[in-house]
Amino acid sequence: MELEKRILHLLENNARLSCKAIATMLDEDETKIKSIIEQMEKQKIILGYNTIINWELLGNDGVTAMIDVKVTPEREVGFNSVAEKIYRYPEVRCVYLMSGTYDLSVVVNGESMKDIAWFVSHKLSTLDHVQSTVTHFILKRYKQENFIFEEPEEDKRLVVSP
Amino acid sequence: MNSMKHHIANSVKSIPPSGIRKFFDLVTQMDGVISLGVGEPDFVTPWHIREAGCYSLERGYTMYTSNQGLLELREEIAAYEKRRIGIGYSPEKEVLVTVGVSEAVDLAMRALLEPGDEVLVPEPSFVSYAPGATLAYGTAVPVPTYDIDQYRLRPDILSRYITPRSKILVLAYPNNPTGGVMYEEDLEALRDIIIENDLLVISDEIYSELSYYGRHVSIASLPGMKDRTIMMNGFSKAFAMTGWRIGYACGHQDIIGAMTKIHQYTIMCASIMGQKAAIEALRHGETEMRKMVDNYNYRRKLILSGLQEIGLDCFEPRGAFYCFPSIKTSGMSSEDFCEKLLWEEKVAVVPGNAFGASGDGHIRCCYAASISNIEEALERMDRFLRRHKEIRISKIV
Ligand SMILES: Cc1ncc(COP(=O)(O)O)c(C=O)c1O
Repeated sequence: MELEKRILHLLENNARLSCKAIATMLDEDETKIKSIIEQMEKQKIILGYNTIINWELLGNDGVTAMIDVKVTPEREVGFNSVAEKIYRYPEVRCVYLMSGTYDLSVVVNGESMKDIAWFVSHKLSTLDHVQSTVTHFILKRYKQENFIFEEPEEDKRLVVSP
Repeated sequence: MNSMKHHIANSVKSIPPSGIRKFFDLVTQMDGVISLGVGEPDFVTPWHIREAGCYSLERGYTMYTSNQGLLELREEIAAYEKRRIGIGYSPEKEVLVTVGVSEAVDLAMRALLEPGDEVLVPEPSFVSYAPGATLAYGTAVPVPTYDIDQYRLRPDILSRYITPRSKILVLAYPNNPTGGVMYEEDLEALRDIIIENDLLVISDEIYSELSYYGRHVSIASLPGMKDRTIMMNGFSKAFAMTGWRIGYACGHQDIIGAMTKIHQYTIMCASIMGQKAAIEALRHGETEMRKMVDNYNYRRKLILSGLQEIGLDCFEPRGAFYCFPSIKTSGMSSEDFCEKLLWEEKVAVVPGNAFGASGDGHIRCCYAASISNIEEALERMDRFLRRHKEIRISKIV
């Protein structure tokens, strides 16, 4: 399991690392690394690979909202079946069960605020067992998945030094 | 313009221009250069340490400290050195906070050397020791080390360079530029020579946390060596704090006292903001520091295997963040190689002879660079080597 974890820590920060590079860094055989990664993909330990994009730089003005949802849990399945009904919508990026004053936290992407308002009023609030929703729009992204959005990652060092 | 050169002191004039400086001037004229020519971490100082620096300003810590440095910092240093190398230094008498290890080297040379005294400097080495000796009216005596010995200083070679004027031996391991380290048995093998010849040792241990195989051993921890050794360490490399300019020297109270005397009249004290940040680094910096070290180690392996793939022989560096491959197969001198590589492929590496004559035939590649830059630099170097191989072959045919 140690090796798996070390591979995952490397991939978590840079999904584009080649198996060869990972193998070199961990003193392992490239084919072994490849097969472990494939195995973890099969087991859904690795669910997929994303890219963190600053869409704003492309002048894209899509919106993202985080919605607090209060839910009446259902017999036997608790929150799971409601959560499932919510996460099936493709515009929903994330769903988390939360401790505290509400139950589910839902992250939704849309083209405009209207889009999201429509999603909330027509799809989310009308679900059985959903009691109430509070919608927060994201105004600005500072940091996501360890990446800082605005600060350019420039190397401030002198190019040659002793 | 009138020349004022005749006013310049001979000791300064006698120091040759820095090979690194020359190269730096060349590089800065160019755009799009990938640099493996850097001598510092690519990490910014961990945030909690930067924050401690900011907080000290907010709280109004903007004054001088005692000459030796804040006692609180000296106490942390003493505790840290006890953990790191197992030696107890008295924070009151045996620790001096300096403006980087750079200043500590200068102070030690000035405090110890009489005109004509000799300083044994194993080379290739960091660039400050020989000029430091010269400026203190001493004489630097380069002692070569070789890649077949993994750049460790060999006792038989050292013996050959010892004269009645030999006073100080510089040991700087893990080494810049080679990445060589000296283990306990290697240091032990030097001990008799040092004691027999009544040498003092300047032990520059600034890269000691960046040791990738086993624990760093300080020569000061060997029997009979504590009093003879001026142990220097700093925050620049391990804690990614080069710009804060904080280092320190530990040693016998008479020597530290003499160094403090110079320091008090020439520097007064290291900056208080830096000292406050350094306290934070020693109290809470271990975790982040280990992460950085792991990260260097990954990249060490990448660059080493990459260099081998493109046909550059390199002994495995076991410390610091440099590789020192041989470029002899290219048929070029180090300087030629570096200049051509820069012009043709825009990759900056440092010619080995900038670190002493015995570094010729090598280049220093710093792997404190992003993985993508390391990979790109290796590709460019590969292209460069192939092209020049073809040129060589076509000349022969
Ligand atoms: C071996 C060695 N000693 C000392 C220094 C300078 O350290 P400081 O920043 O503490 O002056 C360097 C910096 O490159 C170095 O490589």
